[in-house]
Amino acid sequence: MPKVSLTVNGKPASAEVENRTLLVELLREHLRLTGTHVGCDTSQCGACVVHVNGASVKSCTMLAVQCEGAEVVTIEGLAAPDGTLHPMQEAFREYHALQCGFCTPGMVMSAIDLVQRNPQGLSDREIREGLEGNLCRCTGYHNIVRAIAAAQQVMHGKVKELPRAAE
Amino acid sequence: MYDFAYHRPSSVADAVKLLASDPDAKVMSGGMTLIPTLKQRLARPSAIIDLSGIRDLVGISVSAGAVTIKAMTTHAAVAASAEVKKAIPALAAMAEHIGDAQVRNRGTIGGSIANHDPAADYPGAVLALGATVHTNTRKIAADDFFTGMFSTALAPDELVTAVEFPIPEKAAYVKFPNPASRYAMVGVFVAKGPAGVRVAVTGAGANGVFRHTAMEEALAKNWSPDALHDVGTAEEGLNGDIHASKEYRAHLVGVMAKRAVAKAG
Repeated sequence: MPKVSLTVNGKPASAEVENRTLLVELLREHLRLTGTHVGCDTSQCGACVVHVNGASVKSCTMLAVQCEGAEVVTIEGLAAPDGTLHPMQEAFREYHALQCGFCTPGMVMSAIDLVQRNPQGLSDREIREGLEGNLCRCTGYHNIVRAIAAAQQVMHGKVKELPRAAE
Repeated sequence: MYDFAYHRPSSVADAVKLLASDPDAKVMSGGMTLIPTLKQRLARPSAIIDLSGIRDLVGISVSAGAVTIKAMTTHAAVAASAEVKKAIPALAAMAEHIGDAQVRNRGTIGGSIANHDPAADYPGAVLALGATVHTNTRKIAADDFFTGMFSTALAPDELVTAVEFPIPEKAAYVKFPNPASRYAMVGVFVAKGPAGVRVAVTGAGANGVFRHTAMEEALAKNWSPDALHDVGTAEEGLNGDIHASKEYRAHLVGVMAKRAVAKAG
């Protein structure tokens, strides 16, 4: 079986996979990183979004063997070693941007890529359009948009602390 | 998904050699159509020839009269390109609305046109702008490239290497996305430039993208949305399905075309 070697969350990783093994299967079943979810398995819902070489991708629609030598970041790789959350994770918590939480890992990974690609800042409408590839069936997206709007201010260095959600 | 052999050549020559040696192999560019197809077991290729290792196939260049986009350039790269935005803003805007952000990070121009999905956006741009498709062996005019739904003029061992777009004076693309899938139910790309006035319709035709010559003639005389007022679209040859009847698609072609001309200014 082919062996794939890559960097996952900053650490070297390798596994023997089949050519048909998907990246999400490599992450969840071989490396036991089950934070990345499989929702639809048809490239639509975005629960499986991870970063590959800095770009958000749907890991259910990429082969593991395509990631030879790649840098992959999953939801498990966002928080600092001391447990301090990434500003996007913190914003999702502060703004209660989830209900069941199933879509959340993919939402957070997509949101970080979206914010990083738009240093000029995003309007609420642009955030909504940017989340086209991520489905949430609980929240109606409202708090997700609020969380991302707040997190981008921290990520772009506009504010030091995450603006608090109104009581 | 059935298993397959996997190759990741580092040159076009090696990719062509692999392809020529195995008639049941499939070429993969971004994989945004092929991987879902494999997952549904709708295809069973003996081997996948992944073009992502060929660095020569990535990049955008702009000359005085044309924008050339190499085959493995992603939609995200085209959408974000300052050069494309300046030379052919309609092309960058079109790329920015293909699929979703994650699809745009992987999907490529070469893959999109070689696949020729009837609801794909790029074929409309290629045909309306009168682009030239470069392959490893020749150059193919857009008018000769798209030969039917999911089919093109490419030979079995021929690869798209780049697409060369003449820079138009004016151009715009407007689509009516399916409310659920967001694929174009109808998309119309209009352009006025070195190749004359050209109108290409995607999403609607049963044989894939096509030119709307009646609209081209009307717009050549009078470039304005009003010029299209009395130009109808034949229902024959259009797609009719649960999402939209032929009649509705024919109507949408007219509406999208008028909006595109207005957008192009």
